[in-house]
Amino acid sequence: MEDMSQYPTELSGPDVPMVRFMSVTKSYGALTVLDSLDLDVSEGEMVTVIGPSGSGKTTVLRMLMTLETINGGVIYVDGKPLTHMEKNGVLVRADAKYLRRARSSIGMCFQHFNLFPHMTAIQNCMEGPVQVLGLPKAEARERSEELLSMVGMIDKKDQHPSRLSGGQQQRVAIARALAMRPKVMLFDEVTSALDPEVIGEVTGVIRKLVAEHNLTMLMVTHQMGFARDISDRVCFFYQGKIEEQGAPESLFGNPQRERTQQFLSAVKAAD
Amino acid sequence: MSYWEFLAQNAPRYLDGTLVTIAQFFLSAMLAVLLALTAGLMKLSRNAAMRWTAGVYIEIFRGTSLLIQLYWIFFVLPLFGVTLDKFYAGFVAVGLNLGAYGAELVRGGIQSVPKGQWEAAYALSMSPAKRMYRIILPQALLNMLPPWGNLMIELLKATALVSLISVTDLMFEAKQINGSTFLSAQAFGTALIIYYVFARLIVTPFMRWLERVMARKLGRA
Repeated sequence: MEDMSQYPTELSGPDVPMVRFMSVTKSYGALTVLDSLDLDVSEGEMVTVIGPSGSGKTTVLRMLMTLETINGGVIYVDGKPLTHMEKNGVLVRADAKYLRRARSSIGMCFQHFNLFPHMTAIQNCMEGPVQVLGLPKAEARERSEELLSMVGMIDKKDQHPSRLSGGQQQRVAIARALAMRPKVMLFDEVTSALDPEVIGEVTGVIRKLVAEHNLTMLMVTHQMGFARDISDRVCFFYQGKIEEQGAPESLFGNPQRERTQQFLSAVKAAD
Repeated sequence: MSYWEFLAQNAPRYLDGTLVTIAQFFLSAMLAVLLALTAGLMKLSRNAAMRWTAGVYIEIFRGTSLLIQLYWIFFVLPLFGVTLDKFYAGFVAVGLNLGAYGAELVRGGIQSVPKGQWEAAYALSMSPAKRMYRIILPQALLNMLPPWGNLMIELLKATALVSLISVTDLMFEAKQINGSTFLSAQAFGTALIIYYVFARLIVTPFMRWLERVMARKLGRA
């Protein structure tokens, strides 16, 4: 059993990050996917996670969405524990009710969009605000229309997902996640399932978000050019650890570690 | 006596029997749907006692003969102080039996909804009940409608067994008519046609219509 008293029940001080992974470990049986990960993401920062498949990069996002439980360590969001809750001055594993409240500050977009097929674009966006936040329908509709306009999908708002292209579905999925007004947005390979010619419409929306909103974002992507353009920081994951991290210019332009160099040249060769 | 004379003479009895069969069909179908949903959801519960209870129900009612279940409910339960009128015993037995089959359809239908749907609903912080009710069940329902159509035909045919505890359904009337006229071909032939027409021209088209309506609601039409 891990000694939980080493973890603060709340982060305080002037530089509390929006997200903090503190010694986070994730394993499936004997297989360790993430090994004592420490990672901070500041408010408004865009951090991109790259790395070979199986390096644990998607797991980072899924743990933050609490889709995966962690085996060790604590994740904090906005200074408060996400995966744990305080009980008699120590952190204990969060129960379902605590998790549900805690994760509402996090939004996620998935590789395969996962729009609700039985709802139109706008119903998809309104579902969370109405059913979870308890917003009146009119207000949720107004908010959803605003977001659908932002992602350029307002003229398709009454279409079901089956009538939309992959790029269009992903843009609706981004609007759906934003409708919950999350503090942190997660993008898990959101362009990987798209045809090359529509990737631009999705990356365009993310660029706009970075430029116009002070949203904290974590993104896993294989689009190196895109990552280089918009990230504040890039983390290269290798075998469950951050092998190297830094500003995109330095990580892409002058990688220090051999693994990073190998990975980047392999990716370049594939392009 | 021509068949038409036979029919004219016995039409009121066939009509009475058909109405009872229709009543048995609808009541047992409602019960079966209700039980199937309940047991199917319980089978997927995290709570072991719930899973176990549903499992026992499904095992017993799927694993033994409907006729024996019918006799148990009508003849044996009174020995334990539970007496059901034959009409109730009839549709309760059929509903319990087909509900057990339906429970497996419900479970399979829910499990066939892609995992990404659960995750998307989870990521929106929806409660487990809302995830199920608002997101998963509507999609599961469409997946399971075709096999439910099959089950409804099975259920209609199964209601013929209630005649054995003297519920005056279509089968019961056919036997009575056969006993008094000795015209077996006509007596049972007519019943056969009525069952077939009901299944083919009412139950099946209704289920198809339901599939179309649901598909349209899900934007798949």
